[in-house]
Amino acid sequence: MTLFGRLTWDAIPFNQPIPLITSLVVLAAVAAIVIWITMKGWWPYLWNEYITSTDHKRIGIMYITLALVMLVRGFADAIMMRAQQAMAIGQSQGYLPPEHYDQIFSAHGTIMIFFVAMPFVIGFMNFVVPLQLGVRDVAFPTMNNASFWLTASGALLVNLSLFLGEFARTGWLAFPPLSEKAFSPGVGVDYYLVALQISGVGTVLTAVNFVTTILKTRAPGMSYLRMPVFCWTALASNLLILAAFPVLTVSLALLMLDRYLGFHFFTNDGGGNSMLYMNLIWVWGHPEVYILVLPAFGIYSEVAATFSGKPLFGYRSMVFATLAICIISFCVWLHHFFTMGAGADVNAVFGIASMIIGVPTGVKIYNWLFTMYGGRVRFTVPMYYLIGFMLTFVIGGLTGVLLAIPPVDFIVHNSLFLVAHFHQVIIGGVVFALMAGYTYWFPKAFGFTLDERLGKAVFWCWFIGFHLAFMPLYVLGFWGATRRMQHIPDPTWAPWLDVAFVGAAIIGLGIVLTVVQLLYSIKTRDQRRDVSGDPWDGRTLEWLTLSPPPHYNFAVLPDVHGEEAYWTRKQTAIKEEQLIPEPNYQPIEMPVNTPTGIIVAFFASLCGFAIIWYIWWLAIVGLIGAFAIFVWYAWRDEHEHIIPVEEVIANARERRRIRMEHLHTVSQST
Amino acid sequence: MSENDSERLNVAPGEPHDSMMSETVSYVVGLGLALLLTGVSFWVASTSVLWGPGIATGLIVLAIAQMGVHLVFFLHITSGPDNTNNVLALAFGVLIVFLVMIGTIWIMAHMNANMTVSPELMNLQMQH
Repeated sequence: MTLFGRLTWDAIPFNQPIPLITSLVVLAAVAAIVIWITMKGWWPYLWNEYITSTDHKRIGIMYITLALVMLVRGFADAIMMRAQQAMAIGQSQGYLPPEHYDQIFSAHGTIMIFFVAMPFVIGFMNFVVPLQLGVRDVAFPTMNNASFWLTASGALLVNLSLFLGEFARTGWLAFPPLSEKAFSPGVGVDYYLVALQISGVGTVLTAVNFVTTILKTRAPGMSYLRMPVFCWTALASNLLILAAFPVLTVSLALLMLDRYLGFHFFTNDGGGNSMLYMNLIWVWGHPEVYILVLPAFGIYSEVAATFSGKPLFGYRSMVFATLAICIISFCVWLHHFFTMGAGADVNAVFGIASMIIGVPTGVKIYNWLFTMYGGRVRFTVPMYYLIGFMLTFVIGGLTGVLLAIPPVDFIVHNSLFLVAHFHQVIIGGVVFALMAGYTYWFPKAFGFTLDERLGKAVFWCWFIGFHLAFMPLYVLGFWGATRRMQHIPDPTWAPWLDVAFVGAAIIGLGIVLTVVQLLYSIKTRDQRRDVSGDPWDGRTLEWLTLSPPPHYNFAVLPDVHGEEAYWTRKQTAIKEEQLIPEPNYQPIEMPVNTPTGIIVAFFASLCGFAIIWYIWWLAIVGLIGAFAIFVWYAWRDEHEHIIPVEEVIANARERRRIRMEHLHTVSQST
Repeated sequence: MSENDSERLNVAPGEPHDSMMSETVSYVVGLGLALLLTGVSFWVASTSVLWGPGIATGLIVLAIAQMGVHLVFFLHITSGPDNTNNVLALAFGVLIVFLVMIGTIWIMAHMNANMTVSPELMNLQMQH
């Protein structure tokens, strides 16, 4: 037993140029950013305003930043795979050896689901839900900060596998027996397991936080059936997290027991049964799809109502459809392994359930269409994404219903047809929504809008790029091309794979243009200030306050009358040509900043790293450290700081002055 | 709600109590019931008071009673109007647990029946 466990110099990929050069470039970039921030003297600002902040808006921004950074990493994996498949045809072996290619497709899936889609969605829930509910923060602000840092800790470990050791070669769900010690003796699967366990804790804590926030803290008058649809979908999504993520934790923990302590839950020998792992992981895996797509549906609902200038069509049916999906999503998981051998009875029941879950989703599509129908639709960037989504998602949904028929699934299971299907629903459904939400709420977060022309260019890149990249895969799937192939034996597939590569490159251009759009918008921010706090003529409460909102969101909690809280209020003000009478302002108590989250995550990362490399003394240090900071936090004296009433009044009067000016312009123009 | 009604509600098991004393009593009653149910489970399993094959059913009944005691006395689930969220959350949890459990048992039973490799086939694999 050595001091550093299995960690030796061999862990650094000196003899593999691709990971080595990537590692050096990433390290150089991180060092450059750190030096730049230090030179600018921004550390105190970052520390106080972001890293230790308990403000839900700041935490939301950090989540989305993490997601965007990891999107670049996940996309780099994607373009490498497309390049390999376009090159390694017939005689050519391409540029990636199989053991490296296997790590790349595993990392791509793991990163895109756990560290892009999840933080992006959770980031929006953080930023938007308290504002839409008309409250000042989430129920447990410090825990919220810790949740973020635990997610970031998982992301750190996954990226670390690039420099030290390797990542899993097992696919993104690490199916045994391949992921067992006997067949994957390296650290790759351990990186996967530990990173997901740590970030999973963060995700479950987030769910506890948001279920409590939505059920227990709402503005006066905000009854359940007056909540914006995004809040409803966030509630459903968090209920699903609460129910599903513990299953993931247990499945991964059982696999860890197999790997670390020689148990036999999923091994070939000793009475193990790997089929139970497939079953358990998909009990989590299917609800996970809805955890991502329900908040996306919420974003589309907000966008549809705002830019059509009409209340959402069928609000109650939307709520009902959301809750129906929430329950049915737990009745369909077997459709991920129809071919494992369960037999006709089981396959038929789960196949029918999978088709039924398409019904409430269809209801939603009609609701958005009827929201647009007869409205004065403004064709802004979020609206482009909504329309692009409806076109793309309906096809993705139909291929899904096709896959839900067990006999068809036996033909296309594990093929590129399946790959095309789930990318179509995740890119067309989730990613389009995230990009729409990014454009829609950006002015609320930073006080200026994003450039519209570049935004539309990004949309077209995603829309065209997506179809070029994945439509050929449907064709190849029908021809029998299985997924995850490092080498393509049939040269006639080459043209289709070339088209797919071009599509991926166009998506890459879209990601580059997203960065360009951000930089350009920052540069020209003075011309694009959102002075009114309501740049899109919004209908929900987040547009009531200033952009960016003060730490406490609202000087007094808004009184809610009717379904569209802010719209009702705005129309009353416009009609009466005056604001509501000035309320009685009070000093506001807000939670203090705390470094607890980042310190706990630091020790958790340390412990996780030590477990991966069998450095047991360090694992114990990490555990004790994380526990000690938790105890220290529990004994703190200072919980809240008071924002003096003068500051509240000054801010609130400024907002009222801006709103009065706005009111005058509106009443003059009509 | 009259003064009398609210007092009557306050003594229902699981409701938050006004005084330290009645709260302690409620916890002690809960502890007593939990211990009793645990004891009975061990006793039932080790004697022949129940018909042999029925012991499992008996233990399941006792376990469900045990869960009820925990929910009411320790987790404060009541039928009171301000407890709707807790009851709904519990119902959601129970529903999901049952879906997952029944589904898993059903699926795995099918897998066992259809996919178990016969010893001869295992040996063929070994001969590779």
